[in-house]
Amino acid sequence: MGRYVARRLLQMAPVFVGATLLIFLMVNVMGDPVAGLCGERRCDPATAARLKQEFGLDQPVWRQYLTYMANVFTGDFGTAFNGQAVTELMATSFPVTFRLTIVAILFEIAVGVTLGVVTGLRRGRPVDTGALLVTLVVISVPTFVTGLLLQLLLGVEWGWIKPSVSPEAGFGELLVPGLVLASVSLAYVTRLTRTSIAENARADYVRTAVAKGLPRHRVIVRHLLRNSLIPVVTFIGADVGFLMGGAIVTERIFNIHGVGYQLYQGILRQSTQTVVGFVTVLVLVFLVANLLVDLLYAVLDPRIRYV
Amino acid sequence: MRGATHARPVRPVVCAMALALAATACGGGGSDGGGDTGAVLSSSWGDPPNPLEPANTNEVQGGKVLSMIFRGLKQYDPKTGEAEDMLAEKIETTDSTTYTITVEDGWTFSNGEKVTARSFVDAWNYGASLKNNQRNAYFFEYIDGYDKTHPADGGKQTADTLSGLRVTGDRTFTVKLKQKFSSFPDTLGYNAYAPLPRAFFDDHDAWLKKPVGNGPYRVESYTKGSQLSLRTWGAYPGEDKARNGGVDLKVYTDSNTAYTDLMAGNLDLVDDVPAAQLKNVRSDLGDRYINAPAGIIQTLAFPYYDQSWGKTGMEKVRQGLSRAINRVQITRTIFQNTRTPAVDWTSPVLGEEGGYRAGPCGDACVYDAAAAKKLIKEGGGLPGGQVKITYNADTGSHREWVDAVCNSINNALDDDNACVGNPIGTFADYRNRITDRKMTGPFRAGWQMDYPLIQNFLQPLYYTDASSNDGKWSSPEFDKLVDQANAENDAARAVEKFRQAEEVLRDQMAAIPLWYQNGSAGYSPRLSNVALNPFSVPVYDQIKVG
Amino acid sequence: MSEPQPLEPTPAPSYVSGGTADLVPADAEILQTGPRPGGRGPSGPDPSAVPEERARSLWSDAWHDLRRNPVFLVSGFVILFLVAIALWPAAITSGNPLDCDLARAQQGSRPGHPFGFNGQGCDVYTRTVYGARTSVTVGVCATLGVAVLGSVLGGLAGYFGGVGDSVLSRITDVFFAIPVVLGGLVLLSVVTSSTVWPVIGFMVLLGWPQISRIARGSVITARQNDYVQAARALGASHTRVLLRHITPNAIAPVIVVATIALGTYIALEATLSYLGVGLKPPSVSWGIDISAASPYIRNAPHALLWPSGALAVTVLAFIMLGDAVRDALDPKLR
Repeated sequence: MGRYVARRLLQMAPVFVGATLLIFLMVNVMGDPVAGLCGERRCDPATAARLKQEFGLDQPVWRQYLTYMANVFTGDFGTAFNGQAVTELMATSFPVTFRLTIVAILFEIAVGVTLGVVTGLRRGRPVDTGALLVTLVVISVPTFVTGLLLQLLLGVEWGWIKPSVSPEAGFGELLVPGLVLASVSLAYVTRLTRTSIAENARADYVRTAVAKGLPRHRVIVRHLLRNSLIPVVTFIGADVGFLMGGAIVTERIFNIHGVGYQLYQGILRQSTQTVVGFVTVLVLVFLVANLLVDLLYAVLDPRIRYV
Repeated sequence: MRGATHARPVRPVVCAMALALAATACGGGGSDGGGDTGAVLSSSWGDPPNPLEPANTNEVQGGKVLSMIFRGLKQYDPKTGEAEDMLAEKIETTDSTTYTITVEDGWTFSNGEKVTARSFVDAWNYGASLKNNQRNAYFFEYIDGYDKTHPADGGKQTADTLSGLRVTGDRTFTVKLKQKFSSFPDTLGYNAYAPLPRAFFDDHDAWLKKPVGNGPYRVESYTKGSQLSLRTWGAYPGEDKARNGGVDLKVYTDSNTAYTDLMAGNLDLVDDVPAAQLKNVRSDLGDRYINAPAGIIQTLAFPYYDQSWGKTGMEKVRQGLSRAINRVQITRTIFQNTRTPAVDWTSPVLGEEGGYRAGPCGDACVYDAAAAKKLIKEGGGLPGGQVKITYNADTGSHREWVDAVCNSINNALDDDNACVGNPIGTFADYRNRITDRKMTGPFRAGWQMDYPLIQNFLQPLYYTDASSNDGKWSSPEFDKLVDQANAENDAARAVEKFRQAEEVLRDQMAAIPLWYQNGSAGYSPRLSNVALNPFSVPVYDQIKVG
Repeated sequence: MSEPQPLEPTPAPSYVSGGTADLVPADAEILQTGPRPGGRGPSGPDPSAVPEERARSLWSDAWHDLRRNPVFLVSGFVILFLVAIALWPAAITSGNPLDCDLARAQQGSRPGHPFGFNGQGCDVYTRTVYGARTSVTVGVCATLGVAVLGSVLGGLAGYFGGVGDSVLSRITDVFFAIPVVLGGLVLLSVVTSSTVWPVIGFMVLLGWPQISRIARGSVITARQNDYVQAARALGASHTRVLLRHITPNAIAPVIVVATIALGTYIALEATLSYLGVGLKPPSVSWGIDISAASPYIRNAPHALLWPSGALAVTVLAFIMLGDAVRDALDPKLR
């Protein structure tokens, strides 16, 4: 186990280098960002050249990358075009997005898994059909619309919440945005759990457990659910990264200044420093989440062991 | 003069009072800035993409702040747009080349430092110096010595200061231009020409964190990316004292969220009503909605470097396209009358005296399907049988109107494929393609005036090799008329020359005028006396709260 | 909970604490296999003991089941209908999806135009019909591509473990790290083709890691079932074990995720178009219409309702189809 974790941590190094290099090249391929800095007017060539020099864009790509990585290892992630240090941007946006992600994941687990268990045990019954219909609505209506409608109804019509989230972004304020963010993933989690449960409900160990006279909830939670969670855990593990980096729409609607927004701005403004910096941290989050998922496999299914 | 979605003129900021050192340097101005004249209002804001320096801010959001914390030599009247003396006691010239400027006595920065001739000269030298990377440096290009402080491509900077600027007294300085420019004084209301306090130079980082200027508001706190709090500066010496306690500018990443917050009562003022809500604005806000003309015009520019568009005879095709666009219907349906169909290449906010006239474009800007067909046929047809209107997809929701324009052209020409939109993913990519001359058909162009002069609508956009002449249009006749206009000492005669130049544009249909953009704003019941100036920025200092 | 009613010998209990078989899933060699007497493949008796002509029985059994399953028949019919209108849209509408007149913008339904008009004054019914071609093509092809590529790679990695698994898992990590917006702007902005294929290729390229993860996870679970161990112990080839024992037991999560993802790919196409890098105008698709109509939900909900409804029906059909196929492949349900 210890050796396994150590090995996985070592593997992070090549992934880290690979991902940063890939993203670095991608932003670079997008072309020269300086033209976008001067508004509709053409940058005068002298200023443009100066700006390029200031941002190090006049160097060959490989040298830019090496310089960048060297700086990263000293904790310097560079500056965005508005003169703000990227680390400063990270310090303000990651905590907010992290809270938002936690809320969303909790929704996925609490609502998604519960609904999945209920519908899996009652396949074909009204509750199953109802959940399927809700799932469909969630999938076919874009997040944009769900978010706007909730915002309009809860924020303006009924006045239950504030339509926008304050810069502090406490957990309470993030409940509705978290739900909106989780909505599509909720559909996945519900259906995955449902299928797994339905499949395993017929397994011998469940029959054995029932035959032994174990209480129903114990059979469901200890035996059935535990064995059905592997696909669900895999999905949620992969989802963590998506939720953190891909909450662009939700963050826009509720005016949350989080990672999705900063990343999107960075991409549109073609700011290599911002994009690579944020993605680098996201990659680390992915790696840790995946490691946790793989370790969870062994917890859920003791036959799986790591050496 | 940046495009409407991107930028708008800004005005510089001055004395920063942030750190201990700066505070000392700036003297005892810190304590007198009480916000005791009334309640504070909140207003929507966008995060400025560039550092908040006067000569470095070329878009509307940063400009908004600068216009609150700075006052320049001139100030544009919020209603008429006319340039009036602010800090300038007098600006004199005999030859339209050398100007003697006297700064009025009694002005200070909010940290107590006096505003002197040097405050201006230092600021302008800073802005014009290549090594400072100021994006608005070109505003100083008419001043003598600019080619030394800001050499063109590849040259080495050989001077730190403009030789054309000379301090001649505590409150007087002279400006020598490299050519005649009679309306130069009227450009001095632009943000780039604001004075700067010593603190700006002494502790630049601290100043950027908390800019200090000489306007009716002072910066109380600035959290980048989320909020800028401005408070009324109690000791402000000017006559346009703020009539409220201050303004909290809150960053919104989506104007629709700001609008929703306004409806829910969490925000007082929204100065960018999202297009999708325009239809509901009357029922949501009643008469708390403003739709006022602004100095912004949208056009379609053409790549004259491209053989198929540059050849003579194509003006007929361009006129035909212009006549195939149903401006009235598009402005009414898509923009809910927040745009006005264009009839010239300037803006109604200039007024008759400033050079605007209803109608230089004449019939060429009026929808007529039959005439459009005929003109395009006479011109030899559309190059390749199809026009692609290029725009950037990431800002300003251009897709909707481009689609509408294309549908209008297709309907007029009875051809489903006569026109299609051609979105480009990012603004930077879009600008690169323009700079690299890669456009192959018409592309969107937006112009927001820097100062309310007809010169500003014509020269930067259509003069040969001018900074925003993106289509590389060139006409010796046009250039000659503009030169003559600039040399004219009499304002009225200068305007007349510019009008003649505009007629050259019309004959060639150098760019297709689409519509004038209005400013739109909504506000909460707490506010009164809300208005937008010709730059579509709210006149914050006049707003009353409660 | 439903009572299990297995009709044939079932695998040994797969939940036995203490570990009957010790596996090393991630990077992973099998340390010790514990073949269990009586282990059975899901398709019936132990594979090596099965006569060759019964080898295809799993799939033919499934087909046999499906033909009598009303869920399958209904969803199959809907899908056939969608394919038909995608191929011949003119059969059920005489309109032209590019015929747009601003004078009719946002108007409601009226004779000849049952769904009303959208913000540009185009007929919503006609555009919904014509949009089916693009949207169904994008949804189905992207889903198939992602599902095949992802489950093959993920399945192999999960089954064999070892270095290959490590490498593949880390590659998926790298792919997960690419923001969709960035990928789209970089990879699609250079494309000049106005067909749907670059968009589909892009979705497959960025989408396969998700399925790969899921497939790997469920193959790891399936791999240690006793019947798999038994089959290996009895000398069944990897191919055989993978196809006959692992696949039917591990495919359910893949089907679930893929059928839901179908809807999200149709929506993703809209996002890409919105960013200016998706389908080039004047393409017609549900996604484009949904994203254009979304901001106007307060004024013209009908323009949003119909393309969204079409998307919902399509996703429903595929989810039902996936459910039916999964049930048919699960011998425990027979």
